[in-house]
Amino acid sequence: MSNGVDEPVLQLRNITKRFGNFTAVDDVSLDIGNGEFFTLVGPSGSGKTTMIRMLVGMDRPTGGDIVLRGQRINDVPAAKRPTCMVFQSLALFPHKTVGENIEFPMKIAGVDPARRRARAEELLVQLRLPTDYYSKGVNQCSGGERQRVALARALAFDPDILFFDEPLSALDFRLRKTLEKELKDIHRATKKTFVYITHSLEEAMVMSDRIGIMDFGKMVQVGTPYEIYNEPNGKFVAQFMGEVNTVEVARIGDKRVQSVTDGAEFAVSREPDNFERGYLIIRPEIVKIGRAAEDLPNKVQGTVYNDYSLGSRIQYQVRADSDGYQWLVERLQDEPYEGKLDDTVRIGWRPEDSILVSD
Amino acid sequence: MQPGVRAAIPAAAFLLIGFAGPLLMVLGYSFMPPRTFSLAQAPTFANFISIVTDSYYLSFVWSVFLSLIAVALLLVISYPVAYGMAKMFGPWANVVTMIIVVPLLVSENIRLFGWVLVLLKNGIADGSMQLLFGVQLPSLLYTVPAIVLGLVYVYLPFMLFPLVIGLSMVPDTLKEAASDLGASRLQIFREIEVPLAMPGIMIGCMLTFILSLGSLAESKILGGQTVIMIADDIESAFTFAQNWPKGAMLSVILIVFSGSLVFFLFRRIDLDRIIGRR
Repeated sequence: MSNGVDEPVLQLRNITKRFGNFTAVDDVSLDIGNGEFFTLVGPSGSGKTTMIRMLVGMDRPTGGDIVLRGQRINDVPAAKRPTCMVFQSLALFPHKTVGENIEFPMKIAGVDPARRRARAEELLVQLRLPTDYYSKGVNQCSGGERQRVALARALAFDPDILFFDEPLSALDFRLRKTLEKELKDIHRATKKTFVYITHSLEEAMVMSDRIGIMDFGKMVQVGTPYEIYNEPNGKFVAQFMGEVNTVEVARIGDKRVQSVTDGAEFAVSREPDNFERGYLIIRPEIVKIGRAAEDLPNKVQGTVYNDYSLGSRIQYQVRADSDGYQWLVERLQDEPYEGKLDDTVRIGWRPEDSILVSD
Repeated sequence: MQPGVRAAIPAAAFLLIGFAGPLLMVLGYSFMPPRTFSLAQAPTFANFISIVTDSYYLSFVWSVFLSLIAVALLLVISYPVAYGMAKMFGPWANVVTMIIVVPLLVSENIRLFGWVLVLLKNGIADGSMQLLFGVQLPSLLYTVPAIVLGLVYVYLPFMLFPLVIGLSMVPDTLKEAASDLGASRLQIFREIEVPLAMPGIMIGCMLTFILSLGSLAESKILGGQTVIMIADDIESAFTFAQNWPKGAMLSVILIVFSGSLVFFLFRRIDLDRIIGRR
């Protein structure tokens, strides 16, 4: 796995966490670079929450080492680590005002009240909250405002690494989109290392410099959003990205594979090393339909079963004649497929657009 | 007449006759001349003046003093137990609850007589010490500490259970967050736990203070005649002394004192604001 980071701030070496017989995190190694926005993505139960709790210091790994700037910090409790986390529940103190919440870490650190207040107001401005929110109760704030207060409080701690445990998951779609971008802006402005966890790869794509995908406690793939999207290393990552066409295939020759279900043969442009059996991943947006598919080397014949509007695109569902597989094909809204529903059509793709993965 | 008002009439009448009526009678008697048994006389302040001249204020001061000590001890004793029940014991919290609740089925006086057997000269405590260590204890019964022990013992549930509720209302994530932001255990206790558990703490203290203030059996059974508490005085005035106006006057003072304490404390300390509901 490529962990090449020039200047690692946090290194995970063979981190394992077991609860009885259950292994929540299984031998994960990873370097996180200084100033990086790194996102851990995985479905629920993938071990990402356990992972972040260990990184923050609320749990201890049962195996492996966590190294922060060259120091092993496995046994350092959360209170003594120069890192902090924005909780999923935000964990704002309800009996304190916005200002008192933001000042809390500085109060603990013994900063004098005047400087605390100045810094708190600075942070309010940076996070686009009105300065008169200083004396407002946290429960009078809206969801988005509370997010900003929680982030301000974490920034007031001035951590080496700022962790995020799905803080945006409870918000509505539009607000989430806005805050995702704001968070990336703040990352740029503060130049701090952000480690974010989420179950949404889409959210991870928007914000992250690099993404680590976890499943069943294992780190499945680490890479830039571009790499994750274009070079998924397995069916799990490819399907986690969103709707894709997946064909189980076996190798039958040089850059040729055969579908396991209907025996159809397809050309591919590259194969993983020692490839024998695996999956061919074909994204809906690269599949051509109708006349555009005629000249392509890889073709499937089927019936147009239904169409769905996705806003900027239209998605067609094409049921393959041979094995009944329901193919997804996407076209831009302004260049729709010329035929009708229930027509028999050919769909196809160029070998270089598909991705062949083992497993 | 609105249906709601009509439906409230029976309960209102019951409260008026059964609750407000007697209180008003007590209030009325407190202004009657001493040693009389009629409400139809010219009101006088003679009873209220006698609190100073007859040194009844002493029993009042004793009651407040012993109650404050009992509340302080109860808070110190109950807090760790309540913390355990709220956060640590899990299913065992129910067992602890049972252990504390079951003795309540036995009358308070009988439980206090149990303590008499323990504290008595040559009783369980003294006898055990003599047998095990050959040490003779000084008399434990009929002392001020024995009264405080009785108060703490009898009113423990009234402190413990509000504290359990108060501490259960403190979310663990807030303490984790505070710890993550560098707070020590003491700082978490001071900055997060106590303020958020304050409603339970306040209610527990208030309940036990007022109950102790009106307590009678502890000072009589465990204290002998060492200390006369206010409730003791009130009982004597109504019974042996046959001086209803004096008993009524002492009751009025006690009610006004504890009533205004509750009123002002809950007025000044806005529980909703403390825990951020508002």
